Amino acid sequence: MSDRIRQRLGQTLLVLVLGMGALAVALPFIYMISTSLKGQVYVFEFPPRFIPSHPTLNNFVSAWQSNNFGRYFLNSLLVALVTTVLELLLSSTVAYAFARFEFPGKSVLYYTLLATLMVPGMMLIIPQFILASRLKLLNSLTGLILVYTAGGTAFNTFLLRGFFEQLPRELEEAALIDGGNYLTVFFRILLPLSTPALATVAIFTFLGAWDEYVWALTTINEPLKRTLPIAIANFHGTHASDWGLVFAGSLIAIVPVLIVFVLLQKYFIKGLTAGAVKG
Amino acid sequence: MNSTNTRSSGRRGTIRRRGRRRRVSLTPYLFLLPGMLLFLSWTVYPLLKAFQISLYDWNPIPGLASPFVGIHNYTRAFNDPIFWLALRNTLMYTVVTVAGQMLLGLTVALLVDRVTFGRTAFRTVYYLPVVTSWVVVSILFKYLFNSSPAGLVNYLLVDVLHLLPDYVRWLSNANTSWVAIMSLGIWKGIGWNMVIFLAALQGIPTELYEVAAIDGASGWQRLWRITLPLIRPTIVFVLVMLVIGGFQAFISIYLITGGGPMQRTEVLLSYMYNQGFKYLDFGYGAALSYLLAALIFGISFTQMHFLQRRIEY
Repeated sequence: MSDRIRQRLGQTLLVLVLGMGALAVALPFIYMISTSLKGQVYVFEFPPRFIPSHPTLNNFVSAWQSNNFGRYFLNSLLVALVTTVLELLLSSTVAYAFARFEFPGKSVLYYTLLATLMVPGMMLIIPQFILASRLKLLNSLTGLILVYTAGGTAFNTFLLRGFFEQLPRELEEAALIDGGNYLTVFFRILLPLSTPALATVAIFTFLGAWDEYVWALTTINEPLKRTLPIAIANFHGTHASDWGLVFAGSLIAIVPVLIVFVLLQKYFIKGLTAGAVKG
Repeated sequence: MNSTNTRSSGRRGTIRRRGRRRRVSLTPYLFLLPGMLLFLSWTVYPLLKAFQISLYDWNPIPGLASPFVGIHNYTRAFNDPIFWLALRNTLMYTVVTVAGQMLLGLTVALLVDRVTFGRTAFRTVYYLPVVTSWVVVSILFKYLFNSSPAGLVNYLLVDVLHLLPDYVRWLSNANTSWVAIMSLGIWKGIGWNMVIFLAALQGIPTELYEVAAIDGASGWQRLWRITLPLIRPTIVFVLVMLVIGGFQAFISIYLITGGGPMQRTEVLLSYMYNQGFKYLDFGYGAALSYLLAALIFGISFTQMHFLQRRIEY
C-alpha cells in the first residue's frame, strides 16, 4: 500500500520535473510562434507577451506573397526531393556492389569511403567551389543537388551495406538461377526488402538538403535561385527589425520538417541509433 | 559470417562460370559507377585539391598565376594570433557544450526511461530543437538574447527571476556573446544525447537492477555501479561524435556574431570561411581547413584509444 503511494509520488515528481524541462526547451519555439503572430508595433512591447494581444496572420501572408517565399519554398522542395531520389538510387547501388560482390579494388574503395566519414564536410568547400565554378555549377540548383548527394554517399552506403548484408541471399540466388539479371534482383527483391533502411536514408537526406545553408550561401547569388535557409538568413539581414516577418518565414520552413518528424519518428530513432548502440 | 559469404558467392560463381564469366566481373563496377563517380569528384578530388591549394598563394581568378609557397600557409597560421584565438574559442566552445549536452541529455534520458506517463510526448518535445534548422534557431536565439528590455532572456533573468540586477547587452561583448552561442549549442543537442542514451539504457538487462535491489543497493549506487559502466561504450561514442561536432560549429556563430566583435568570437571554421570567401585567400583557407581536419582526426583517435574498452554482460 505505502509502496504504491510512494511509486505514485515518484511518478508525479518525475512528470513534474520532465514537464518543467520540456517547457524550458519549448519556450523559444513558443515565443517564436507568438512573435510571428504579432504586428510590427507589438514585437518589442514590454513586458514581452507569449499570447499576442492583437494576433494577426499578416506576417505569413506578406512573407508568402510579397517576399517570394513561395518561390524559395519550391526551390527547396525541388532540391530536397531530387537529392533524396538520387541519393537513394546511388548509395543503394554502391552498397549492393559492396554487399554482394567480390571484385578487385573492393577494400581500397570501401576504406576510402569510410575514411571520408571523418572529414568535416565544410573543409572541402573551397575546392568544391572551384570545381563548381569550372563546371558552371555556381548559381545553380543542380550544383546544390550534386554536392548534397555526394556528401551523403559515404554514410548512406555504409548504412545500407550493413542492412543488405543482414538479408538472406537465398531469394536473390533463386531469382538469378531462374534467369533474372542483377538489375531485376536489385530492384525487385533487394530494394523492396529494405524499405525500413531506405526510409531512414530518405528522411535524413531530405532534411539535410532542406536545411543546408553553407554551400547554398556560398554558391547561390541569384535571388530567384535561393533556397529557404538562405532566404530566411537574408530576410533577417534586410528586415533586421521585422522579427514577425522573419519568424513567419522560419515557421513556413520548419513546419514541414516537424510534420515529417512527428509522423516518422520511428525511422528517425532507428537511423540515429544505428551506429551508436551495439550490444 | 565472412566465411559463409565467400562460400555462397563462390557457389554462385561456379553456377555461372560456364560462358558468363565476363559479366560477373563487370557487374559490380556498373553498380558502383554512378555513385562512385559523384563521390570521387565531389569528395575525394576536393580533398586532394584542398591540399594542393594550401601549398599555393592561390589566385581565385582563372588564368592568373598562383605562386607555389610550400608550407608557408601553415607556418603563417602558427604565427597568426587570430588563428590561436579561434582555436582557443573552438576548444572552449567544444568543452562547454559537450559537457552541458551530455550531462543534461543523460539526465533527461534517465528520467524519461523511468517515467510511465507521456514518455513519447516528452521525447518528442526534447527532440524538437534537434530537427530544427540551424539557421532558424540561430536567428531565434539572436532575437531571444537581444538587448532591448523586451529581449526574452533579459526579461526573464531581470524582471521575472531577479537573477541579474540589470539588462545585459549580450551580443556587444565577446564573453556574453558566448553565453548566447553556447546555450544554443547545448539546447539544440540535448535531444540527440537523450535519444542515444535512452537506447543504451533500454539495452541494460533489468535483472541486474533487480539483483542490486535485493542486495540493498541505493539509487545512486545503481547508477554509478551498474548503469554508467554498462553504457560506457555509448558514452564514448557520444563524446567522440559531440567533440567532432563541436569543432565544426559554424552557422550559429556566423549568424549570431559573425565572429565579432573584433573577431573575438571567431572559431576555426568561421575563420577559415572568412579567409576563403570574404578575403578570397583560398590558399590560407585551405591550409586552415587541413589543420582543422588534422586536429579532429588526432583528437578522435586519442579519445577512442584511451576510452574504448570492451564491455561484456
